[in-house]
Amino acid sequence: MSYTTILNNQTIPVSQIPEVNYGEFIGLNTGFIISSPERHCVNYFGVPVGNQIKLICCIADDSTHTINVSSCLVKSSDSLDSFTARHFSFEKFEREIHENFGLGYNDHPWLKPVRYAKNRYDQSKTIANYPFYSIDSDELHEVAVGPIHAGIIEPGHFRFICNGEQILHLEIQLGYQHRGLEQQFLVKKKLLERSTLAESIAGDTVVGHTTTFSHIWESLCGIQPTRDIEFARTLALEMERMANHTGDLSAVCADIAYQLGNSVFGRLRTPLINFMQEWGGNRLSKGLIRPGRNQFPFTQELANRLTQVLKAYEPDFVEMSKQLFELPSALSRFERTGVVSYDDVLSIGTVGMAARMSGLSRDIRSSHPYSLYPEWTHEPILKHHGDVYSRVQIRRKEVMQTMGYIRNMIENVPEYIEKEPIAGRPAPDSFTLSLVEGWRGEICHCAITDKDGELILYKIKDPSFHNWLALALAVRNNEISDFPICNKSFSLSYSGHDL
Amino acid sequence: MFNNLKIVIHQGKQYIRDTANVKVPGIFRGRPIINSERVNETELIGLCPVGAISNNPVSIDLGKCTFCGECAKQFPHKIKFTTDYKISTNERERLIVKEGEEGPVEVNPETVRSEIHRVFGSSLKLRQVSAGGDASGEWELNASNNVQFDMGRYGIEFVASPRHADGIVITGPITENMAEPLQICYDAIPEPKIIVLVGTDAISGGIHSGSSALDRRFLDKYPVDLYIPGNPAHPLTIINGLLDLTRKRKK
Repeated sequence: MSYTTILNNQTIPVSQIPEVNYGEFIGLNTGFIISSPERHCVNYFGVPVGNQIKLICCIADDSTHTINVSSCLVKSSDSLDSFTARHFSFEKFEREIHENFGLGYNDHPWLKPVRYAKNRYDQSKTIANYPFYSIDSDELHEVAVGPIHAGIIEPGHFRFICNGEQILHLEIQLGYQHRGLEQQFLVKKKLLERSTLAESIAGDTVVGHTTTFSHIWESLCGIQPTRDIEFARTLALEMERMANHTGDLSAVCADIAYQLGNSVFGRLRTPLINFMQEWGGNRLSKGLIRPGRNQFPFTQELANRLTQVLKAYEPDFVEMSKQLFELPSALSRFERTGVVSYDDVLSIGTVGMAARMSGLSRDIRSSHPYSLYPEWTHEPILKHHGDVYSRVQIRRKEVMQTMGYIRNMIENVPEYIEKEPIAGRPAPDSFTLSLVEGWRGEICHCAITDKDGELILYKIKDPSFHNWLALALAVRNNEISDFPICNKSFSLSYSGHDL
Repeated sequence: MFNNLKIVIHQGKQYIRDTANVKVPGIFRGRPIINSERVNETELIGLCPVGAISNNPVSIDLGKCTFCGECAKQFPHKIKFTTDYKISTNERERLIVKEGEEGPVEVNPETVRSEIHRVFGSSLKLRQVSAGGDASGEWELNASNNVQFDMGRYGIEFVASPRHADGIVITGPITENMAEPLQICYDAIPEPKIIVLVGTDAISGGIHSGSSALDRRFLDKYPVDLYIPGNPAHPLTIINGLLDLTRKRKK
């Protein structure tokens, strides 16, 4: 076999991942994906091994609920044929490998820096001299936005090439938020330090990333989390989804200058995050999820409180969304704005809402279920137009779906049994991969340990990693005044991308 | 039109009338209290993921604390987190809460620069810069302006251009890649201007402290006027901190 097949959250010895030559490696992994929409690359990265680099590629198969993992040894002086030339969804991964290790590609169409990581191979490249694409023309003009934006949001630079008011091309340059997270996971060895790092990958996806980290850690240590722990994670993930979707609907209303929607959705997010504070002491769920333990047991009393919160939330949410989705001036801004086609999302490998908006069913809750999700049949919500309207509709419908899930869950709160936190040591020379469907989409973490069980690699992939390119494609041929609403309808993470 | 009015009526009154005294729901972790009980101090200090705890006397530095509550969970008789959210101050050393201290963490009006009261006493416009912030602090700054917390009623608002601002609000541990844009933004703000650090990451680097991808030299160059701790800082911590600094609230 030239690859090995694992399940979500499964730990295997590193030696079990077959090593093949590059010719076979490229054929195998691109072959998995070409003409097979049920498969996509969840992670592809390099690990230094002596003076060589081991490339590890992980392709998820949604129909068999498995992940195919293969590897290949290369040198940083190599100049290789790119996966990207055969399937575009590898584009960002290969740029990252190039940036980190200096590996050359003969036929990569867009071999530009990803995030100017601190330990990048070529230190002469700096964020101030990013090689923007430009068109030599007297007719066109460029618009530069950022890194600091008008509102209170994270930094990133957007460079538009416009013909009058119309956007021809957008290039998004990121990296301003780079804190060296993957490196810090290796340097900081206390479990609580690492859990805290996982919380700060993206501060709006605290539950998503800490759950993924907890799964990795528990799998590496051979710990089976108890039902009350899995219950808490599943519930917190769905609460995070609901709160963020509500907040995004508010922000979308702000971008079309619809004050009522902005205020009402904005205030509806508050009881949801205040409930998280009642449960775990933090509105953004920091400190709530920890590997091997139930930090803040979910009690029947909390369940009753949450029932009240949802009862008060639902009629106001339903009333406000009905009004928004029947408002002609809002619909005219949403419909056919910022379209990305099914073929394009498939080609660039988007995940989560940025795939489901165009009819591509990508949802880890149903394709590679974990925690309590295997117990119910989750039907991903799909839209088909790939426009702003599809993206906001997904949020409205997912809020309602999630509310149903939460209500079902809290009917049967599992009993919490007081117990010592389970400690453990990670298995030596092992590889683990964990997938979680955060509110934006698929989160993938991978870890590799050395002979003493110490982490030698911690690889993080936030859904935003791929999805930023979808935004760049969405705004083409739109008016530049529609950029804010396109941007907000994707609502991507800068820190999750920059790490 | 009728539908809109109905929606407005259904929302009821959302704003928090008294932002200085309202109770926060649940088990919020605000200002800690450390009592004098003897515990294994080495173990306590070793527990903290960010080195916020030290001894002689036992103290917690709220500028480093991530408010994870682990110390209070492991040593429940030694450390308790109260729900007191008014923990902003203008003096860095006041963020260090020592054993036996139960007094509030507050702004010292004696050491606030005099032009802050004079110039920003009734209106304060701020430019926010996220320099490696993970978006949680940014969400809470936005929440400070929503219909519930409504900081705008005090004349404190965030503006788009540094040219219109009276000061800069920094979130995040200040990454190397953001160091230059931060400096450019600060330089563009007219004098007199203030610097406010929001969140543990901004105040000390937080969990990212020691990462080589940071460049915090900006903070060596200028005095900081207000520290607003939290992970992220709660909207009420932000509002009360800014009001206490500019003394705008009628006592």
